Amino acid sequence: MAKKINTNSESYLKMYSQMVKIRSFEDQANQLYLDAKMPGLTHMYSGEEAVAVGICEALTVKDKITSTHRGHGHCVAKGAELKQMFCELLGKEEGYCRGKGGSMHIADQSNGNLGANAIVGGSMGIATGSALRAKLNGDSDVTVCFFGDGATAQGLLYEVMNMAALWNLPVIYACENNGYSEYTATDEIAAGDILDRARAFGIEAHKVDGQDVLAVNKLATDLVARARKGEGPFFIELITYRYHGHHVGDINRTYYRSKEEEEDWKKNKDPIKILGDWLVSEKIASDDELQIIRDNIAAEAHVAVQYALEASYPNSNEVDMHVYMETT
Amino acid sequence: MRSITLSQAVNEAIAEEMRLDSSVFLIGEDVAEAGTPFKITSGLVEEFGTERVIDTPISEPGFMGLAVGAAMTGSRPIVDIMFGDFLFLIMDQLCNQAAKAHYMSGGKLNVPLVVRTNLGATRRSAAQHSQSLHALVSHIPGLKVAMPSSAYEAKGLLKTAIRDDNPVVIFEDKLMYQDKADVPEDEYLIPFGEAAVLQEGNQVTLIGTSSMRQVCEEAALILADEKISVEIIDPRTLVPLDEKTILNSAKKTGRVVVVDEGHQNFGVTAEIASRISEKAFYHLDAPVIRMGAMDVPVPFSPVLEDLTVPTAEKVASNARKIIAGELVHEL
Repeated sequence: MAKKINTNSESYLKMYSQMVKIRSFEDQANQLYLDAKMPGLTHMYSGEEAVAVGICEALTVKDKITSTHRGHGHCVAKGAELKQMFCELLGKEEGYCRGKGGSMHIADQSNGNLGANAIVGGSMGIATGSALRAKLNGDSDVTVCFFGDGATAQGLLYEVMNMAALWNLPVIYACENNGYSEYTATDEIAAGDILDRARAFGIEAHKVDGQDVLAVNKLATDLVARARKGEGPFFIELITYRYHGHHVGDINRTYYRSKEEEEDWKKNKDPIKILGDWLVSEKIASDDELQIIRDNIAAEAHVAVQYALEASYPNSNEVDMHVYMETT
Repeated sequence: MRSITLSQAVNEAIAEEMRLDSSVFLIGEDVAEAGTPFKITSGLVEEFGTERVIDTPISEPGFMGLAVGAAMTGSRPIVDIMFGDFLFLIMDQLCNQAAKAHYMSGGKLNVPLVVRTNLGATRRSAAQHSQSLHALVSHIPGLKVAMPSSAYEAKGLLKTAIRDDNPVVIFEDKLMYQDKADVPEDEYLIPFGEAAVLQEGNQVTLIGTSSMRQVCEEAALILADEKISVEIIDPRTLVPLDEKTILNSAKKTGRVVVVDEGHQNFGVTAEIASRISEKAFYHLDAPVIRMGAMDVPVPFSPVLEDLTVPTAEKVASNARKIIAGELVHEL
């Protein structure tokens, strides 16, 4: 565990709560799938919570993120409400995108989330462009581009990192390396060291334990502050693990990874447990207090999902609405 | 009125909009000091600096992606895609990202950017620098598509495109950059979705996009010698399409030839012809004739290349046939 980053117990407990919130959201979303109540598929973030929370807790509401098909964690971590998220997953009118985006396209502009993206690597240009806008306008916000190890195989990453480095853009490339590119081990798709790819452009690159939220947050806080001062871009590789398959329907997966490996991560490297143990050992919270936090958030997620199940679908007249924006 | 080239008209449109709105910037390969290979953006970097006239590496998907992100967060980028053929390189960013962001976000996000590119064969540039790919982007909901047919349209449509809150792709014909036309000194805009009726007539309607407007005008001169009365329409924008003006003309003349430089198969001519057939069928005296580019990759050899594009003679010949009640195509 990293050393204390500040003496603010509140911020530790916030990180704990946010990670629990993501886990609770995903547990409910998975159940919606198993109960055949959710249209389509979704990609679970469970196991990777420390990445999204550690980074987003280093950001302000004005800072931007771009997200991925495995994006619920980023969305929650950046401040989204569970009710509107569940409504979106179920294609309801009150969803963040009025039911038009679904799980893979949730965008929450009010909190600086420029959207999940169902094209692997598709948001790298968007994140870098947001940073270009910040630089051109003299805006102080920083943009974080979340993507997985699988997306490092997309050429776009290298085009935009080149420009970000040439122009010192305030963008942080956050590579969530969960060890698997869909159904294939990352070792089989990534040659060399991923960090070296960023370093080839002269981009300062760091590797961090993505299960240790305090370590992630400490590094992110430092890099965000430096990016704000014009020292960007930066690249972070966060070593993490997805507890579920590539998507909720990817149940039988022993052909690409063992159950023992999954159990080992869940038992010994769970980000919520790691922070919880530390909070108790540092006497910031007791086991009972953490249990209350978990129970309250689970109840909140339950209420939110029930709300979404009963919420209205969009009116049929919305089908051709929002294709074009009316220019005023 | 003064007469300026299409290239100057584009330059003026960009400069005027950049003066009016500090969120507008230009990005692309060799747009600054080089002013693009066609020298269209010359002088802009001197006025607006390298912050707003941004030379990029040769990374079309990359800088297109940057433009999407900048547009999503408040800028209004103009993206220079040096040759229309390179649109294939930016398809994900243009069609999966820019075109869909507003809809997928339920109206929360929008992407006000312009992709400026070109079309047109017969420049002896072969198959990867000669294509006219406007049908491709016209197929994607969320994109608007403008097709200026002279310096006048180039300026007015580009200014409208820059002010539009949606992604717009504007195609200039690269063979027309030095063509002059009357362009007012005073500011003007050309609204999207309003076709121009360039000549009124009552025996046949010729619909021509971009430089095919000139081809139609030449065909009309040939036909005028034969006392054939021709109406000429330039749609000016494909998306939105001014269906009303097109249908009214088809109903009036009863005969239509649609001329466009994109490939004929599954192309713009097919779309316009089918709308006329569906909505003005009982007013028609002859089948609507499509005239697109030949469905071959554009060949290099001049003698071959010239065979691939519609010509005034062929347009006039087809118009003559449908007026005479002859078949254009063997049954």
